[in-house]
Amino acid sequence: MSDATDRPDADTAEPADAIEAPSAAGSALRAAALLGVFTVVFTALMALTQDATREPIRASVEARRLELIAQVLPRADYDNALLEDTVTLPVLPALGLSEPVTVHRARLGGAPVALVFEAQAPDGYSGAIRLLMALRADGTLAGVRVVAHRETPGLGDYIDPAKDRANPKWIAQFTGRDSSDGMRWTVRKDGGDFTYVTGATISARAVTRAAGRATAALAPARDALFALPAGSSAEAAFR
Amino acid sequence: MNADDRALYGDITRKGLWENNTALVQLLGLCPLLAVSTSFVNAVSLSLATVLVMALSSGAVAALRTLIPHEIRIPVFILIIAALVTCLDLAFNAWLHELYLVLGIFIPLIVTNCIVLARVEAFAAKNSPLAAAWDGAAMGVGLLWVLALLGSVRELVGAGTLFGGIDMVIPGAHALQVFGEHYRGLLIALLPPGAFIFLGLLVAARNAWVARAQARAMHPPAAAVSA
Repeated sequence: MSDATDRPDADTAEPADAIEAPSAAGSALRAAALLGVFTVVFTALMALTQDATREPIRASVEARRLELIAQVLPRADYDNALLEDTVTLPVLPALGLSEPVTVHRARLGGAPVALVFEAQAPDGYSGAIRLLMALRADGTLAGVRVVAHRETPGLGDYIDPAKDRANPKWIAQFTGRDSSDGMRWTVRKDGGDFTYVTGATISARAVTRAAGRATAALAPARDALFALPAGSSAEAAFR
Repeated sequence: MNADDRALYGDITRKGLWENNTALVQLLGLCPLLAVSTSFVNAVSLSLATVLVMALSSGAVAALRTLIPHEIRIPVFILIIAALVTCLDLAFNAWLHELYLVLGIFIPLIVTNCIVLARVEAFAAKNSPLAAAWDGAAMGVGLLWVLALLGSVRELVGAGTLFGGIDMVIPGAHALQVFGEHYRGLLIALLPPGAFIFLGLLVAARNAWVARAQARAMHPPAAAVSA
């Protein structure tokens, strides 16, 4: 470059200067183009990563779901593809959820074993408490688990067995309860059949009542639910 | 590695771990500090993710620094950081799913952790890729040890355990019940105020340490003077 300016011929020096000091518009365009290139390159990186992780993520989500279900219904109790054998419930006030609920149907050798579904208690101490429940074909509860809650740590969170220090766990008292024997689905303080921890009644009351409502709603319809083809909507069973 | 390099890397390490410590001196990136330091495992997991993001983004920015026009450097930095965090978020979801569910929104929020952009802008944009990656890692490890300490103390005081949730990272491993089965826990340690209280104590301890070291440097011990 410095050689060019030393030459007596000024014509060659001018274009060189023009390249060294581009116009404002030129530099803006160059910046925009570079930003575009960076965007494309890094979006490609993200797309490749997403592609590479899609299968592992799907497998993880599925495994996690089955693991969760195993807490309310032992894996040995059924042998069908639980995640595929589903029916969709209409929005039922008794389940406390505003979206349609998917019911998984567990079977052993083709015979009905249990219905696995989610329900929600709207009246926890701090917001809704989400439940996963399994109702056996004979009308007894196989189990209830709290899957999401915001109850006070160390106080109301004993409804979550991972946080419960008691033995047996508080939530275990749902297992084996019969939906048909006219039991009172609330805490003993209110004249019900369920224990609670003094000072944290609201959480236990919310869970027991929600479990009771959901059981009462689904138990009468269980035979109809097992009879429906997989993937169908269970609208008719609740008319 | 020659003496100059060794001095440079030593300097970077010392600044990252102690003199310019993210959590204790700069007090940057307190959002994850507050929310995730309820247990040792959570704190260390999120810190490790942050270390990785800081090292990679600093290294990447330093490698590309001659290509990035000065006027658009901030959007490009954010683009690089966000892309790396997204990849990390997907990787957590795929291979550390349990932990991903616990850390949740705090992994994508690493993008907004100002310390990441701060190191990229202040150091990586002017240095070689290796030094920049080292700087990012050192700053991240500075955050990590403080978070690990904070997480351990909060978990110990709040729940009486240590390494709770370790089975999410190492299947089959168990938490330590330090104070036995019957310890009820001091709830405030696990709630957000607990994070502020224990961080305040850590900052105070560091300040006291530094003040004492300075006082000693200025006024050598009496014995040395009389001798």
